[in-house]
Amino acid sequence: MPKLNMVQAINLALKEEMKRDDSIVILGEDVGRDGGVFRTTEGLYGEFGAERVIDTPLSESGIIGAAIGMAAYGLRPVAEIQFMGFIYSAIDQTFSHAARIRYRSRGRYTCPMVIRTPYGAGVKALELHSESTEAFFCHMPGIKVVVPSTPYHAKGLLISSIRDPDPVIFLEAMRLYRLIKEDVPEGEYTIPLGKARIVQEGNDVTVISWGSMLHRTLQSVEGYDAEVIDLMTLSPFDEETLLNSVKKTGRVVIVHEAPKTCGFGAELSATIAEDAMLYLKAPILRITGYDVLVPLAKLEDHYVPSVERIRKAIEEVMKY
Amino acid sequence: MSERIIESFQIKRIEILDERGDADETLMPALSDSDIRRIYELLLLLRTFDQRALKLQREGRLGTYAPILGQEASQVGSAFAFEKTDWIFPSYRESGVYITIGYPIHMILQYWAGDERGLKIPDDLNVLPISIPVGTQTLHAVGTAMASKYRKEKTAAITYFGDGGTSTGDFHEGLNIAGVFQLPVIFICQNNQWAISMPRSKQSASKTLAQKAYGYGIEGLQVDGNDVFAVYKATEYALRKARQGEGPTFIECVTYRIADHTTADDATRYRSKEEVEMWKTKDPMQRLKLFMEKKGLWTAQYQHEVEEKATSMIDEAVKTLESIEPPQPREMFAYIYEKLTPRQTKQLKDF
Repeated sequence: MPKLNMVQAINLALKEEMKRDDSIVILGEDVGRDGGVFRTTEGLYGEFGAERVIDTPLSESGIIGAAIGMAAYGLRPVAEIQFMGFIYSAIDQTFSHAARIRYRSRGRYTCPMVIRTPYGAGVKALELHSESTEAFFCHMPGIKVVVPSTPYHAKGLLISSIRDPDPVIFLEAMRLYRLIKEDVPEGEYTIPLGKARIVQEGNDVTVISWGSMLHRTLQSVEGYDAEVIDLMTLSPFDEETLLNSVKKTGRVVIVHEAPKTCGFGAELSATIAEDAMLYLKAPILRITGYDVLVPLAKLEDHYVPSVERIRKAIEEVMKY
Repeated sequence: MSERIIESFQIKRIEILDERGDADETLMPALSDSDIRRIYELLLLLRTFDQRALKLQREGRLGTYAPILGQEASQVGSAFAFEKTDWIFPSYRESGVYITIGYPIHMILQYWAGDERGLKIPDDLNVLPISIPVGTQTLHAVGTAMASKYRKEKTAAITYFGDGGTSTGDFHEGLNIAGVFQLPVIFICQNNQWAISMPRSKQSASKTLAQKAYGYGIEGLQVDGNDVFAVYKATEYALRKARQGEGPTFIECVTYRIADHTTADDATRYRSKEEVEMWKTKDPMQRLKLFMEKKGLWTAQYQHEVEEKATSMIDEAVKTLESIEPPQPREMFAYIYEKLTPRQTKQLKDF
């Protein structure tokens, strides 16, 4: 079984799916001849041609808007937005049309589209190249939000996202692109959307995370009997796995790199408070990015939740 | 070293039928007498529909409605040229396009009455639900055209928008992509002179809207949008081009929104009565009627029959509309995702 990093796993998923189904097309900036600025689409242009791996003009709204028209016509477009910070100009298309077309046409047209985009801090990138605004998308009914944390899961979740009948925002942690190599099987396997995974079982505290923060979370729980949950799909999220774990441990720490206010941790925290309050032994703590704009390289390390901050939160809830 | 002109362009304007009902026979599109009668009957049906919709709105039986009075020739003239296999991406002021392609009239009213089920597009029509955000639908047409081209099908994608729509970013992105890939798209701009209270002159400093197309490597035409023959001819030309792989066309139909922007608007606040009256003399239906009368295709008896038929069609649609049971609250959940989420399933218990 080949050991692949996340870039290679994503590339393999795209390649295998495109071979399987000729309705799948890729479109985005520099995705064709260049193979994508992170090389996630490398080799696909040569293999599938310019009509299936489409180099578009510099046009985010155009990419998503055109993908909606393709999907309505029966294709399964995989649109790439080069960095999550550039998706804002395509929000209108995403919210006003991709999320609504099934509802508005009462099922006559659907939008089986994937929007892949690199997100998150940790690589000392330029301004607006480190955004983690997943909560915006979780707030909009009609779209799904998926965040893989390992190469293996990236491949399985991407295949599921491509096959999903509804639009999926697929967030790829830039920091993880080449950080980890692991066994990634060739051939198709899927990981269901809407299901979280328990990365490690434990009894004293539930630590919930996703994407690149999962790895920092795993470093932080050493020495504790912690249950670590990788949410994987943020919308719709797996309430059942979450609540079952909280009912067992009675303590919760939520870790994400987006700012705290209205971050997705708020939704998780509220859900736990509503449905598992009487099982709680300690306050629910959120370790998140601060309520600031993601800073440039020199301050980035101070922004992203550190192992120390996560450990401190675990220590805190363990006092109860 | 030199200074020289390296690019220039000219904008063609097509006018065939004038206000007196005289047509330039050398420019007439190939339309049979029965086609012409059918077009006239559609114009009259649209007007009957529009008047009834306004009446229903005043009676509280429709919500806010966007009238089409004055723009009938732009809508019928273009949509009359479509094939069933063409895909249409309209804005919210395209009831006339819907009616021309055979969309059930009671469903158009159903939507404006606040019932989403009116947008359940019949399976044999390739039209999208009307777009509410201005200009955004241009991109969907572009995507469908890309898909059609990839599939090597003859489908053309047609999108409608107004003069206001040409100011949006998505209009630019749509035309740009269509130009780059030379896609089978037709951009139909109904320049009705007003985007709510903003006149055409404040929407763009461009002398014509058609010339914007040239910046994207797209042919742009202007037509008299109240001349149903000119609109038809331009559309037919653009469709033929699209099907032959000769790329996109932009058609600016110069017309006028005689009525308010919507029933929630009062156009007397921002434009003069004289201007409206002047445009009323350019009425698209009147000039076709005069033309037909000269050709012996129109008589008072025919007018009477056509009016009766239109009225009875609209009566029938209203009757059907009023017989529809109100939607059930559970239907709010039905089409958000293919399957309900666990949380939606819980929320559904409220009903």
